[in-house]
Amino acid sequence: MNAAVLSADLAYWAQSLLRVLGGLVAVLLPAGTIVYLFLFKMMSFMQSRLGPMEAGPYGSMQLFAEVGKWLQKEDIYPARADRFLFKIAPLIVLASTFLLVVVVPFGPDAWFTDFEAGVFYMLAVSSVSVLGILIAGWSSANKYSLLGGLRAAGQLIAYELPMVLAVVGVVIQAGTMNMQGIVVAQNAGSMFGWDGLGNPYVLTQFVGFVIFMIAVQAELTQTPFDMPIAESELVSGYMTEYSGFRFLIFFIGEFATAGVFSMIASVLFLGGWAVPFSWFGWTNLNDIDNWMNVAGPLILFTKMVVLSFIIMWVRFSFPRFREDQLQRFAWKVLIPVSLVNIMLTAIFKVAF
Amino acid sequence: MSLLGDRQQLAYIASQAADARVNVELETEGMTLNIGPQHPATHGTLRIIARLDGEQVIWAEPSAGYMHRGYEKLTEVRTYPQVTALVNRIDWLGSFANEVPFILAAEKLMGVEAPSRAQHIRTILFELSRIANVSLFLGDLGVQLGAVTPVFFAFRDREYVLNLIEAATGGRFHPNFDRIGGLKEDLPAGFIDETRNVMKKLRTFCDQIEDLLFGNEIFQSRTRGIGVIPKDVALQYGMSGANLRASGVDWDLRRDQSLPMAWNKVDWKVITHPDGDSFARCWVRLQEVRESTRIVDQLLDTIPAGPVMAKVPKIIKVPEGEAWVSTENPLGEMGYYVVSQGDMGPFRVKIRSASFNNISIVPWLLKGVYVPDIITILASLYFILGDIDR
Amino acid sequence: MAKPKVPGLFKGLGVTFGTLMRTATEGSNTIQYPHEKETPPVRARGVIALHEGNCTSCMLCARSCPDWCIYIEGHKELAPPRRAGGSPRKVNKLDRFDIDYALCMYCGICVEVCPFDALFWSPEYEYSEPRIADLLHDKSKLGEWMETVPEAPELEAGADKKGKK
Repeated sequence: MNAAVLSADLAYWAQSLLRVLGGLVAVLLPAGTIVYLFLFKMMSFMQSRLGPMEAGPYGSMQLFAEVGKWLQKEDIYPARADRFLFKIAPLIVLASTFLLVVVVPFGPDAWFTDFEAGVFYMLAVSSVSVLGILIAGWSSANKYSLLGGLRAAGQLIAYELPMVLAVVGVVIQAGTMNMQGIVVAQNAGSMFGWDGLGNPYVLTQFVGFVIFMIAVQAELTQTPFDMPIAESELVSGYMTEYSGFRFLIFFIGEFATAGVFSMIASVLFLGGWAVPFSWFGWTNLNDIDNWMNVAGPLILFTKMVVLSFIIMWVRFSFPRFREDQLQRFAWKVLIPVSLVNIMLTAIFKVAF
Repeated sequence: MSLLGDRQQLAYIASQAADARVNVELETEGMTLNIGPQHPATHGTLRIIARLDGEQVIWAEPSAGYMHRGYEKLTEVRTYPQVTALVNRIDWLGSFANEVPFILAAEKLMGVEAPSRAQHIRTILFELSRIANVSLFLGDLGVQLGAVTPVFFAFRDREYVLNLIEAATGGRFHPNFDRIGGLKEDLPAGFIDETRNVMKKLRTFCDQIEDLLFGNEIFQSRTRGIGVIPKDVALQYGMSGANLRASGVDWDLRRDQSLPMAWNKVDWKVITHPDGDSFARCWVRLQEVRESTRIVDQLLDTIPAGPVMAKVPKIIKVPEGEAWVSTENPLGEMGYYVVSQGDMGPFRVKIRSASFNNISIVPWLLKGVYVPDIITILASLYFILGDIDR
Repeated sequence: MAKPKVPGLFKGLGVTFGTLMRTATEGSNTIQYPHEKETPPVRARGVIALHEGNCTSCMLCARSCPDWCIYIEGHKELAPPRRAGGSPRKVNKLDRFDIDYALCMYCGICVEVCPFDALFWSPEYEYSEPRIADLLHDKSKLGEWMETVPEAPELEAGADKKGKK
C-alpha cells in the first residue's frame, strides 16, 4: 500500500501485487465488518433477537459459512438471458467498488494513487455500477429485473447530481480536488483561530454532509431508497435471477460500496485518516511521523464504522419511498438546497 | 350508476385515442406482469394479473383459488366436532375466531346457549385471536413497505398472545376449543394475571409501531391518499371489517348484533376513519388492537363463576333447520349458513369469509396506480389467503 | 402546553436504537433452541400417549378422527374368570394401535372421545424424523409417551370443579 515509500526498493511486480492485495483488503474488510457487525448483529439486536450464534463465537464465522454456501450453489442462467451480459454484470458492479477505493487515502503515505483530481474521479467511477445494474436488469430476461434495473438507472442518475453538488462545497473550501489535500486542509485548518479539532468540514459543511449521506444512501440502494431491489414489490429487482457466486458478488459489491462510500464521506467531511495536526505540532504532510501510516487506516476504519452505522441504522428503521417521490425529493429538495449551499460556501470563501 | 358512466366515458376516450394514433414512435406497448402466485407480497398464493404501462397499472385482476381446500364440501362429510377442527384453518392467524360463528350457528339450531362464563371466555379468546392476527398485520405492513424491523416486533409480541392461547386451549394456531354448548374445559390457573401482563405489553407494542411506522413521514407519504375507497363503493363491493370502517361507515357486528357473547357487557367504542385511504385502514386496525386490549382487560375483571358447558348430549345430533350466524372477525364479517337435516354432521355449510369480498374490490382499486402502490393497497386491504380460498 | 413535536423519522430511529440497547443490556426475546428449551404449557398438544391397559379397541377414536390417521386392530381373547368357578371372561386384546403423525392434525378429538381414558396429551414435541414413515408411532412407542404426560393443571378461580376429571 505504501507505494510512495516502497517504490524505491521494490520491483514493479511486487508493487503491483502489494497494491492488489491492499485493494482486496480495503474492499473486503469493510464489507465483512459491515455485514457481520451491522447486518447480522445490529439488525438482530434492533429486532430483539441475537442473530447468528452458532458458527464461531457469537456467530463470527457465519460470514464464511455463508460464502461457502453461496459458492456451492448452482450458477443458474435463465433460458432467454443474454449470457455474456448476464455474466459480466456483477463484475462491473464490483469493479466500480475497486475503482472507488483507489483514490481513498489511508495515511500520509498509504494510498494507491494520488490523483490531483481525486474527487472528480471518485464521482465519475461511482456511476459505473449503474451500468452493471442496468445490464443485470436487462439481461436477466425477467420483467421484475427489468423494472428493477430501470428504477436503479433513474434513481442513481437522479442522486448523482446532489452528490456532486454536495462535494463541490468541500472542494471550494479545501481549494483542492486531491483527496489527500482535503484531509490535510481539514486537519491543518482551524476554526476561528482555535485549532484543537482542526476544521472537519462536517461542521462548516453540515448541509453538504447531510445531502451527501442521503445521496450515498440512494446510491447504495439502501432503504428508504431501495426501490431497485424492493423485495416486496419486485421480488429482488435486478438480482432476481442471480444465484450462487454471481449473487455473492452483488452482495459483496453492495456492502463493500457501503464501506468505501463511508470512507470517502469520512475523508471529505470527518478529517479522514488524520488527527488534528496541532495535537502533535505538525504543520503539513511532510512533518507527519511514519506511525501514522499504521494508525491512519485504523482511524479511517473507525470513522467508516461510525458512518456505516448511520447508513444501516436508517436502513433498518425506515420504509421505502415510491419511485416518483424519490425523484421529486432529489430534484425539488436536494438539488436546490445543495446549490444554495454552494453559493453560501463560495460567498464565505471569498469573504474570509 | 356513476361507475357505468365512467366506463362508457372511458370506452369513448379509448376509441377516440385509437383513431388518433398518428405518432407511432410515442406509442407504448403494455406489459403484462404476473404478480404471484409465488410472490413475496401476496402472502400466500394470490395471483394478480396486471397490465402495466411503464410502472402504471392500466388493468388488474386478482385470480384466487390456488389454495382452495374445499372446506364447504368437507363439512358435509364430517361431524360437528370435526368441523370445528377444520374451520380453524380458514383464517389461520385468528383461528379461534373462525370456530365461534359456526358453533353459535349450531347452538342456535339446537336451541342451547353456552353458560355466561363460557361466553366470557369465548369473547376473551376471540379478542386475543384478533390481537394476534392484527398485530401481525401491523408488522407485515412494514415489510410490504420496505421496513424490516416492525415485523420482528410483531412476531415478538404476538408470541405472548399465542402462548396465552396455547396455555388455555392447548393449540397455538388451531385451538379447537369450542364445543356445542360451551367450551372444552375451563381456563388454567394463572391465566388471568398473565393475560393482564400481556395486554400491557401489547399496548407498548402499539406505541412502538405507532412511533416506528405510523408517525414516519415516509410511511405517511406512501399511504395517504393511496387506494381511496369512498363510502358508497365500499358498500357496493360488500366490504366489511376495518376496511369498511376506514371508509367512514360505522358498522361493527360486535356492537350491532345481539349474540350470546360478552361484547355488549363492556365499554368500548367502534373506531372509524373518514378518509378511506390506505393509511386510514392501517390506522383503524392499530386502534382496534388497542381497543381489543381494553375489552380483554374489562372482561377479565368481570368474568363470572360457574360451569363452562351447558347440558348437551354426548353424541350431538343437530335438529333439522337452517341458521345463519356471522361475527366481526379480525378480517371482517365472517359467517356460516348451516343447513342441518338432523344428522351428526351438517348437510350443507356456506362459509362467508371476509377476505374474499374484501379483495373483490382490487380490480376497481388498482386502476391507474403505480406498481409500488399495488403492494401498499394489497397490504392495507389485509387479506389472508386461507380466508379467500377456504 | 403542546409538546415539541419530534419528526416521525427521528422517533423511528429512536425506537430501533432503544430496542438495540435493551437487547444488549436485558437480553433478547429469542430462545437459543437446542441449548435452552422453553417448557410448553401443560395443556399443549404435543404428542398423544396411549395407556394400553385401558384400551378396549372400541374404535371410537379411529372413527372420530377427521383424517383417519389412527389404525387399530384387535381380537377377543378368553381370560380366566374373576371369581373362582365363574365362566371365562371375554377381553379385547389390542394387536395394533398406530397413529400416523404425518397425517395427524392435532385436533384432540380422539383424546376427548375415548370413554376409557386410554389416550392422553403430552406436551412433548421433539420427535421429528428424517423419514416420513417413521412418524407412524406404534403402540409400544405411544406407550412410552405415557411417562411424559403431566398432571392436569389447576383451574382458574370461579371454575366449576365438580364433575371434571
